Amino acid sequence: MTPTVGDSPPLLEARGISKAFPGVQALAGAGITVRSGRLTALLGENGAGKSTLMNILAGVFPPDAGTIALDGRPVTFRSPRAARAAGVSIIFQELNLVGGLSVAENIVLGRQPLTPWGLVDRHRMHADARDVLAMLDLDIDPATPVERLKVGTRQMVEIAKALSLDARLLILDEPTSALTEHEVETLFRVIRRLKDRGVGMIYITHRLDELPQIADDVTIFRDGMLVHEAAFSARDRAEYVRRMVGRDLADLYPRSPSAPGRPLLQLDGFAVARPAGGQPLVADVSLAVHAGEVVGLFGLMGAGRTELMEAVYGLHSRGTTGRVRIDGAEATIRSPRDALAAGLALAPEDRKADGLVLGMSIAENISMASLDQVTQAGIVSRRGEARRAAEAVSRLAIKAPTIAHAVGTLSGGNQQKVVLAKGLACNPRVLLLDEPTRGIDIGAKREIYSLIDQLARGGMAILVASSELPEILGISDRILVLAEGRVTAEFARGAATEQAILHAAIPPQRPPAAVA
Amino acid sequence: MPPPTADTTPLRTATAGLVPLLVRFRSVLALAVLVLLLSLTTDSFWSEKNLQNVLRQISVNLCLSVGMTLVVLTGGIDLSVGSTLALAGAVTAGLAKSGLRLERINTLIEFTPAGAMLAGVATGLVVGLVNGAAVTAFRLPPFVATLGMLSIARGLTMLWTGGNPIHDLGPAFSFLGNGRLDAVPLLGWVPMLIVVAGTLAAIVAVVAGHTRFGRGLYAVGGNERAANASGLPVAGIKRGAYLWCGALAGVAGVLLTSRLNAATPDAGMGYELDAIAAVVIGGASLGGGRGSIAGTVLGCLLIGVLNIGLVLLDVSPYWQQVIKGLVILAAVAIDRATAGRE
Repeated sequence: MTPTVGDSPPLLEARGISKAFPGVQALAGAGITVRSGRLTALLGENGAGKSTLMNILAGVFPPDAGTIALDGRPVTFRSPRAARAAGVSIIFQELNLVGGLSVAENIVLGRQPLTPWGLVDRHRMHADARDVLAMLDLDIDPATPVERLKVGTRQMVEIAKALSLDARLLILDEPTSALTEHEVETLFRVIRRLKDRGVGMIYITHRLDELPQIADDVTIFRDGMLVHEAAFSARDRAEYVRRMVGRDLADLYPRSPSAPGRPLLQLDGFAVARPAGGQPLVADVSLAVHAGEVVGLFGLMGAGRTELMEAVYGLHSRGTTGRVRIDGAEATIRSPRDALAAGLALAPEDRKADGLVLGMSIAENISMASLDQVTQAGIVSRRGEARRAAEAVSRLAIKAPTIAHAVGTLSGGNQQKVVLAKGLACNPRVLLLDEPTRGIDIGAKREIYSLIDQLARGGMAILVASSELPEILGISDRILVLAEGRVTAEFARGAATEQAILHAAIPPQRPPAAVA
Repeated sequence: MPPPTADTTPLRTATAGLVPLLVRFRSVLALAVLVLLLSLTTDSFWSEKNLQNVLRQISVNLCLSVGMTLVVLTGGIDLSVGSTLALAGAVTAGLAKSGLRLERINTLIEFTPAGAMLAGVATGLVVGLVNGAAVTAFRLPPFVATLGMLSIARGLTMLWTGGNPIHDLGPAFSFLGNGRLDAVPLLGWVPMLIVVAGTLAAIVAVVAGHTRFGRGLYAVGGNERAANASGLPVAGIKRGAYLWCGALAGVAGVLLTSRLNAATPDAGMGYELDAIAAVVIGGASLGGGRGSIAGTVLGCLLIGVLNIGLVLLDVSPYWQQVIKGLVILAAVAIDRATAGRE
């Protein structure tokens, strides 16, 4: 089974791992091999069991069956602490840092160097932190409170923390999902430094495009089983995708030709002020989205994509100015309530924070924005709600044991479908989708793309914000590029290239500030 | 092109079994065990007098904890219910006894017992209104807002009563607190007090479980940002919760005053803790979004039966406190340990 890659002994070898949760067999004979100084990319659709295996390797919970060997010796981790002590560290998608503490304090948390008086030796703590950061070639001031750092930089701090714990195996769970391109470059540089230092890595991702730059080996899971394990080769991309989903993905972007109708959403001189003052988040944007049209909104991090979407949806009512017309009629939208009444629906960027109540059931989440439709004489009809939810579940192919299951137990792709179902339950004319496929697997992505296509053909106007270029190019009839809150370019389908879009997305170099 | 239905979704029910069932109905189980224990160890548990006592004692906490549940569901807390109870009771008693004297225009407004009771409930309603405004319009943390109100309402009670109890409110006034369902066959022994509290609990159970407002309570407590983005009136839902809680504390004040046929300025001190205990034992999460009125009713019964049982068993009052605290901790610990399994 194990591929023979080089002569180095496997740092970690997990074989025949099984794990069942009530009602779900999460893993059934999964395994992975990691070698020192090499990176194993772990691929698989959501629900394939990647996270479960990571949690087992990190000591969060034990496997039901199977063996884990570190340097050829069998090990059992009874707690994350035990795993860390053995040199296994995991960087979760949700970072585990204390926002109010400084970079240095976070790195040495729980093992702060002490002075002879028993107090924290700040001088040595900062020096230690600086050493670790320097090892990774990172220029971060150890005294900065972590909450002031950007997401990408925080991740670097987590990695530095793991390194300071003498991690020999580092598990990275979708580390690039929230990073800008520049931050991704920094991460890859750090990953290469870690390899040089002999650290083995497991790297979970949905972005196959990243792999040529960092991957040495590939492991693929499907339905809790190990289905492929070999050295990485960029030429095998199509093969990887096929093994992940278990079928061919002939056309990832099924966008049919469209004949746009009348404008359903029109913005004129639309602007969103920064709450603290200064340069506006969105400045003087005018755009139209027509019936049956999919308009892609591309921008780098901080370009104002999300703010534009949220403001149209009434989430920034204080700072928003400009004219909004829905189907030609002037609309005053000061709250999501107004927006829904006007025929707008938003699938927010951060579905866990803004889109879903994770503890509530699938049915309850789907009807949350359209409760009036299932309420009679003030009483919410559970039966009506269940019927509508069952319809949505089958229409969007939401995979869940029952509609009474808590949304928090679903995979990312299915959660995203619930968010979409909630919006669609309001019968919107205009659909705002902010990063609709962030962090979800290829199979679910494809389903969401074909849903977008199907909705557009049904006459809906759809505005999609995304930071993924292939996605924007694949699904949009028209592409608008946003930089520093302004529309800097517009492309028709077919006229856009990745290069032209990126060029328009990079903010122009500002002249040096005049000295007063 | 057909809609994307690569896989059809199997809709199967969650696997049933004895252990999950026991975990799910642990409060009922604990209550049953407690009742059985008391039936075996005491002669008087099933006596009519004792049952009436239990139900009367539970009634006041039932009103408070049911209202508290609504606030806790939103992720808030109302520490002021004990003081609100005292203020509402004092207002009711004062108005019933001597009416409202308006010196300026030299008028005396007299109140019937029912009118005075309504005024008591209205007092609770106003307190709830202020709490809701403090939490939503002024964005105070619920703990702080209602801690302030705890002190304010107690102070107002002292001012209104001059620090003295108001008693001898007349037989008509005490019917609610001491009357029974005499007219109903077989249930003639049931105290009026529990009828009122039970009816209110049933109404609130419907409100929480089957109305849009109720659904909103769970959504706001579960994820306030998502609730807002779904177009739910978040501030209105929170205000509604505090309003109900205040009004129910007002009812509790009226019930207690009627039962004692007197209002004391120090009534209801510490009652907020029993109410919170009932809510927590009933399975609600203080973080919001989880809990039910049925659970709270059970929690309330459990505390009530425990209280009386410890008295019947002649346990010293000091130990009673310790045991009650241990029960609360055990209930929440079991809840935590089994949270992921339901």
